[in-house]
Amino acid sequence: MSKYIIKRLAMAIVTLWVIITITFILMHSVPGDPFANENKRIPEAVYQNLLRKYGLDKPYSQQYLMYLKNIARGDFGESMKSNTETVNEMIARGFPVSAYLGAQALFIALIFGPALGAIAALYQNKLPDYISMIISIVGVSVPSFVMGTFLIQFIARKINWIPIGGWGEWRHTLLPSIALAMMPLAQMARLMRSSMLEVIGQDYIKTAKSKGISKLSVILKHAVRNAILPIVSILGTTISNLLVGSFVIEKIFGIPGLGMFFTTSIYNRDYTLIMGITVFYAIILIVMLLFVDVAYTLIDPRIRLTEEGH
Amino acid sequence: MKKKFSILLSIILLVSVLFTGCSNSDGDTGVKKILRSNNSSEPGSLDPPLAQGTHESWILENIFEGLMTFDEKGELVPGMAEDYEISEDGLTYTFTLRDDIKWSNGDPVTAEDFEFSWKRALDPELAADYAHILYYIKGAEAYNTGEGSRDDVAVKALDEKTLEVTLESPTAYFLELTAFYTYFPVNKKVVESNPDWAKKSETHVSNGPFKLVKWEHNAKIAMEKNDLYYNADKIKLDGIELDIIEDQNTAWQKYEGGEYDILVDIPTSVVAQLQAENDPQLHIGPQVGTYYYNVNPDVKPFNNVKVRKALSMALDRETIVKDITQGGQIAAEGVVPYGLKDENGKEFRDSVGKLIEYDPEKAKELLEEGLSEEGMTIEDFNNSNFVLLYNTSESHKKIAQAVQEMWRTVLGIEIGLENVEFQVKLDREKAGDYDISRGGWIGDFMDPMTILELWWSKSAFNDVNYNNPKYDALLDEAKSTIDQKVRMEAMRKAEKMVMEDMPVISVYFYTQPYVLRDGVKGVVKVPIRYPVITYADITK
Repeated sequence: MSKYIIKRLAMAIVTLWVIITITFILMHSVPGDPFANENKRIPEAVYQNLLRKYGLDKPYSQQYLMYLKNIARGDFGESMKSNTETVNEMIARGFPVSAYLGAQALFIALIFGPALGAIAALYQNKLPDYISMIISIVGVSVPSFVMGTFLIQFIARKINWIPIGGWGEWRHTLLPSIALAMMPLAQMARLMRSSMLEVIGQDYIKTAKSKGISKLSVILKHAVRNAILPIVSILGTTISNLLVGSFVIEKIFGIPGLGMFFTTSIYNRDYTLIMGITVFYAIILIVMLLFVDVAYTLIDPRIRLTEEGH
Repeated sequence: MKKKFSILLSIILLVSVLFTGCSNSDGDTGVKKILRSNNSSEPGSLDPPLAQGTHESWILENIFEGLMTFDEKGELVPGMAEDYEISEDGLTYTFTLRDDIKWSNGDPVTAEDFEFSWKRALDPELAADYAHILYYIKGAEAYNTGEGSRDDVAVKALDEKTLEVTLESPTAYFLELTAFYTYFPVNKKVVESNPDWAKKSETHVSNGPFKLVKWEHNAKIAMEKNDLYYNADKIKLDGIELDIIEDQNTAWQKYEGGEYDILVDIPTSVVAQLQAENDPQLHIGPQVGTYYYNVNPDVKPFNNVKVRKALSMALDRETIVKDITQGGQIAAEGVVPYGLKDENGKEFRDSVGKLIEYDPEKAKELLEEGLSEEGMTIEDFNNSNFVLLYNTSESHKKIAQAVQEMWRTVLGIEIGLENVEFQVKLDREKAGDYDISRGGWIGDFMDPMTILELWWSKSAFNDVNYNNPKYDALLDEAKSTIDQKVRMEAMRKAEKMVMEDMPVISVYFYTQPYVLRDGVKGVVKVPIRYPVITYADITK
């Protein structure tokens, strides 16, 4: 196992380097620069001062090497739009907010998603199945910005206790977490349903039942345990997506998380922030995928992390 | 029983009185008057020279003050300066500072702070976005571009209370510029001892009516009345609290839910609805800004002035502002918007008159003439697949669609639409890779020059590369004198000239709609600023 993990870590560093390089190339090939502002424009002389300040007047190769060097030291540099925080500080401030919201959303999704899917499978083509599937269709097909707006309109505006937007107390996290949880919840419910249906038709379940083991015990010990594997497989990307925040949800609810930096950094051509967030996201994704692979073996011992297996 | 009931009732009443109004009520009750609103973006910096736009200036204008300022009526008055003298040639300004001015940390505000601040803003190493607004000062541009030295910048503290500034050329609106945020002072001692002073509310030092007390990035900004401010008696609020919520709809819902006292960036559909309902909360504030289309003079047949005029004459601007933009915008009558005064204190716009007309018949004639002069027919035009370029935004799209339809029905021409990101649009404009592109300009100071300067051949923002020596000469004339009559006359001629040559087709003059909760008084709208909330009061 440790050999495998070390190998995966080495691969992760190579992957990161590839991501950094591709992002660097793409970023500089997109038209525009960080100092253009829709409302105000700056004359050439001022523009040149800004280029110099951020080292953008240097050749790309030099900028690239400098950037790699800084990243190796864990320094993502200065944001080109914010004069108050470095990229490291922005990530350090935004990530916990997004991660908190994401963790809460994940919790909701993990509690209700598989449960809904399991219920749907056990009551196939009966009312609980239809209800679960309607919920999951809504979750998958309604975009989060519609869900967010809907929740504001029909819940926050009706119940004074729940705020329309903003950040600070736990009640601020409630609606955005629900909005954020809907999509993974629905995905998990659908996956769980089909996987459960497959599992409960298997011979070993019939055998277990024929041995006189209680229905609940068969479901929990045998069916759910086996059916949950597909959910574990999507957990890596789901967790990383949720942890780093959703631009739309954070924008709608006015949440100071990392999500909003994703698109605004690209829109603003805030090079250092784009790179910082990309690298950070890549790290989270790589770690999560590794985590999922390890979790796989724990749930299903038949899967071995051997060289042959991978 | 009766007694118990009345005691209970009294307690309930007392508790309700305590809780009623929460943050807003009269000062007499001891509850603080806090004005609440939304600042639509996180400020990039609250260090005045590093500010880039409205989302910083709205805060800065409450926590800092320049030599001049806008008072509770929206008039330009001395701020940190008590008095000023202008030399006869209009080049040297000598400001005398007030005696009772202090920084929020108790230090006195000195002339040296101003000298330090302006030179700092020009330092090429600081790379201030708005450094060019100080270029009016002698030696400023040279220093900022790395060709001159700091010592040659002609701003000097003669003593603790006297500041002398020499300009490159007479600038009639220089006094007003000193009320602009790049000209705000910073505390020399604080900046020198802590370069990160402006990054946190705990270390932030300012000299305005309010001081920064809380800055939760991307979430909230809180300001508190600065008791050391010389004019503190005039400030009725105890504080201002601004959320930072980018989504206009969410902010509007918070206003509707009673969480805000004033809101400036309102969704267009809401403005239209409030207007239709004649809602007294809606105010359509004046704004110095023009929305226009750049016409590429290097693309045939747009090089022909008759074609450009035809395009302009075919636009029914009244319909655009009434049915499309719906934010109280004013159909353009030239390039200089309303809100700017002439030498008689009257609207400059009125003194020039309407330079744009909607005349479909004449537009058609002009187009035919223009096209034939270029050896083209309408078919050739339509086969050329010309495109109107605009940056992605729902409102730009709607306007572009309406304009496209007007040109189609009135002139019988087909022009495609292309939306790109703002950055891409800028790049394409720079490279001359466009036929017609959307443009707009919001003024920095209250003088027609703030708009007319755009088409000066040396202007960095002359996207259409308009180059008319006669136009330049008129602007030079206006820039070289402080005789308002001569200046205004030159600018009137200049506007007529630019509208005769029509390098741009102006569409409408911007306005700034905002909503104000009942009971909020004392908000004034200066055309070049966001609604001034410094002197606001909450009466219920």
